[in-house]
Amino acid sequence: MLATTVVEYMTFVVAAMICLMGAIGVVALRNPIHNALSLIATLFGVAVLFVAQGAYFLAAIQIIVYAGAIVILFLFVIMLLGVDEVEEMRRERSMIRLPLALMASAAIVGLVLVSVLVGSREVTGRRTANGALDEGSDINVLGRSLFTDHVFAFEITGVLLTIAVVGAVVLARKAKGDVIDFDEFPIEDDADLEEPDDLDTGGDNSGDVSGDSSGDISEDSSRGVSP
Amino acid sequence: MNQPSYLILSAVIFGIGSLGLLIRRNPLVMFMCVELMLNAVNLTFVSLSRSLGDVNGQIAVFFVLVVAAAEVVVGLGLIVSILRRRPGADADDLDLMRG
Repeated sequence: MLATTVVEYMTFVVAAMICLMGAIGVVALRNPIHNALSLIATLFGVAVLFVAQGAYFLAAIQIIVYAGAIVILFLFVIMLLGVDEVEEMRRERSMIRLPLALMASAAIVGLVLVSVLVGSREVTGRRTANGALDEGSDINVLGRSLFTDHVFAFEITGVLLTIAVVGAVVLARKAKGDVIDFDEFPIEDDADLEEPDDLDTGGDNSGDVSGDSSGDISEDSSRGVSP
Repeated sequence: MNQPSYLILSAVIFGIGSLGLLIRRNPLVMFMCVELMLNAVNLTFVSLSRSLGDVNGQIAVFFVLVVAAAEVVVGLGLIVSILRRRPGADADDLDLMRG
């Protein structure tokens, strides 16, 4: 009994360290690829904590969907757009932003901690009647509850994924004709004026992606900026 | 391990994610911070699901995962189409709707 407690404690400590280091890495590192890899570390730590709490199916889903699909999608977009070379600290940021952000997030953490430490001492509510986790493995209980009680939400989930696929295709499609009306949206970004390299590399990247129409865009933009 | 330590850990991860959402300006990194906050909420759901012995918390985590996947697909599509037209734009440059 004692050994089980010690093992669970050590698992929690190690996984929590992985989670916190990964989370700090997502926020603090400058290169977006390093941010994505730190996000994988955090997701892995959360999956370990899921296993420690008996949610085996969700741990597998966490690894497969998050680390296997979503973060890879992030990395794919980073390498597609080449934003890993654009440094975001090129302009002076206002000095009051960082203390304000620190105060806001500390207030959020304090609020959640107060509600957790006060409220979780006595957990109220009746025990569930149809979804008790004590009986059998968790995937049986999860599947039964998902396909009986929550079957309507499950169908809506399918509709949502279909809409997401259609929306992604519509967003990423090569548009015909003028994509942007440049009279309505003039390009007045001084960063583009200062750094023509930046504009060129971006034009090359998008040229690789979408062929003709983006070439038209970069022509239009250079014509727009030159006078 | 008792339940409040899981809740404290997820609160701290949520706070780090919100801090990153406030101070970073690369839209991709801001998206990653949103994923971080969603994971903190998932950890809270699983922890309370275990301490209450109720599977509905895990059902909620399942739906949060699905919605996060759909959100990432559409959000990355938007980011790609924005950054293709304005290379190197960050969240402060996208102020077309400012009055």
